[in-house]
Amino acid sequence: MSISIVNVSKSYNKVNALKNISFDVKPGELFGLIGPDGAGKTTLFRILTTLLVANEGVVKVAGFDVVTDYKNIRKCVGYMPGKFSLYQDLTVEENLMFFATIFGTTIEENYDLIKEIYIQIAPFKDRRAGKLSGGMKQKLALCCALIHKPKVLFLDEPTTGVDPVSRKEFWEMLKRLQDKNITILVSTPYMDEAALCDRIALIQDGNILEVDTPKAIVKHYTKQIYNVSANNMYQLINYLKEYPFSHSVYPFGEFVHYTDTRTNFNSNELKTYLRSKDLSNLKIDKTIATIEDTFMELAK
Amino acid sequence: MKRFIGFVKKEFYHIFRDKRSLFILFGMPIAQILLFGFAITNEINNVEIAILDQSKEVTTQEIIHKISASKYFNINQLIEKESDIERIFKKGKVKAVLNFEKNFSKNLITKKNAKIQVITDATDPNTANTISNYINAILQNYLKEETTSSLKAYKIEPKTRMVYNPELKSVYMFVPGVMTIILMLVSAMMTSISITKEKEIGTMEILLVSPLKPNQVIVGKVFPYIFLSIINAIVIIVLSIFIFKMPVYGSFFLLAIESVLFIITALALGILISTISATQQTAMMISLMGLMLPVILLSGFIFPITSMPLPLQVISNIIPAKWFIIIIKAVMLKGVGLQFVWKETLILIGMAVLFIGVSVKKYKIRLE
Repeated sequence: MSISIVNVSKSYNKVNALKNISFDVKPGELFGLIGPDGAGKTTLFRILTTLLVANEGVVKVAGFDVVTDYKNIRKCVGYMPGKFSLYQDLTVEENLMFFATIFGTTIEENYDLIKEIYIQIAPFKDRRAGKLSGGMKQKLALCCALIHKPKVLFLDEPTTGVDPVSRKEFWEMLKRLQDKNITILVSTPYMDEAALCDRIALIQDGNILEVDTPKAIVKHYTKQIYNVSANNMYQLINYLKEYPFSHSVYPFGEFVHYTDTRTNFNSNELKTYLRSKDLSNLKIDKTIATIEDTFMELAK
Repeated sequence: MKRFIGFVKKEFYHIFRDKRSLFILFGMPIAQILLFGFAITNEINNVEIAILDQSKEVTTQEIIHKISASKYFNINQLIEKESDIERIFKKGKVKAVLNFEKNFSKNLITKKNAKIQVITDATDPNTANTISNYINAILQNYLKEETTSSLKAYKIEPKTRMVYNPELKSVYMFVPGVMTIILMLVSAMMTSISITKEKEIGTMEILLVSPLKPNQVIVGKVFPYIFLSIINAIVIIVLSIFIFKMPVYGSFFLLAIESVLFIITALALGILISTISATQQTAMMISLMGLMLPVILLSGFIFPITSMPLPLQVISNIIPAKWFIIIIKAVMLKGVGLQFVWKETLILIGMAVLFIGVSVKKYKIRLE
């Protein structure tokens, strides 16, 4: 196993950030840690990167124990913290060079690993890191985390605050890195990014809700979901929640995802109910569950 | 070694790209030494005084001439009546008034006792004190020269000689003090800020998750400041020699070694501060309040330690600056060698070792 986490708990001043969690990440896997802010993702990353010590449990990264063997782990992992943590007053090239030197390597030595990412920021190599755009900063941070060819790469919310195009590019890069045999653990609050991982763990309030492939996780969701839309979204949500047979109601883009408690659900019946509440332009269609639906259901 | 050089290179980029820190590093020493040297001084020169001469005789005229001939006093005006004294003080320009009594010469010869009232503006007590001492000295001098043998009685005449600083130049006192302050400031405050900065912007997290060892990080952080502090010390000494004619009687080599020792002690203090503070602001506050104030107040730089209350005298012993000031004063002004300052040197070495030891112990290999 590249990463193995067994019964890990961590609390800060009486707040339980992680509650007895366990899971494994296989070598070469792109593993996603999916959960909202405050779920405990960063705490787990810090335990894995030897920055924090868990109160209970055993954690191994690349075969080394995070407490007793932390020095070996620090040599062979790459870590990109959630907050942009490079030297803003150093240029792109100086930052990369600095991280290469402290890991005892050079940019040239591992250039093929970062080449595809670096050529995108190379035109700005003399610009100070603080003056880069959000997406560029993340690409540089990824280069810096990769420059010493780590065995395991930890990316804590790498796409938070990054525009959609850069996010997409960033994930394409992660996919390519996977081919180079690097195990990647990535956390994100965006459910749409979860589908791009090999396997994901859903985390909330310090608990792991589910660990599986994105496809399998969606299959765990047994209820039929309906896309409901109307002229007044806000009223629609309120009336759906008041509907006696409603199981769950979540806004989802331009639709509301609705599930019913009954098995013999009739969409016309719901339509009539909603019409009686003065809603128009009603549309009710079947749809398939997404990871977000599963997460909401599990987090209930 | 390559790692170390890379790290130090990065530190220099930080320093040279931050205008604020560059100013603190190089602008401040020069500004401070010039300020302390020229503006803040205990010497008096050209003090404006007024004279109220009620007898208007040869004797009083002679005394007035003697006073105005000295470079210390300027006779601003002659006044006629006692009621003018207060009015003239209120204007603020005149710092002292000399009031000769009526029949001054007659009293001097017949009663052997003539009176001059010296009134000084004591809103600034130090200056007032100095003025009255200077005037006294001039009067005594006059008396000694002019009195005939018939007036001489038994008297003890003290002959004072001020050794090591015969002209009592205050610059001799300020240069060691300012040098101490600046080295302390640059070394302790700048390093503690630069280390906490890494914590604050989050790069410390990445440095921790790297093969760099704690001592490599610390030495890498501190090294540029040793270098810059030495340059500062040289600038201060050169300025004080050429602008203020400050002598260096002792060996430059000893002075350099002692300065480096003090720089290392201050740097160790800076590292210690950085281990207990999480933000740059805390580090700065601790450095300013915890280091600068004691250095200025308790090191003997401005206020003599011997005249402090006992508890403060005891506290002053734990301030490295106190020992450094003793050492450099001895080396620069008395020209002594190590055999006279070995005790103070040992104390500084002990402090440096202690601070480094504690900070290495306190340096966190993790986030908490």
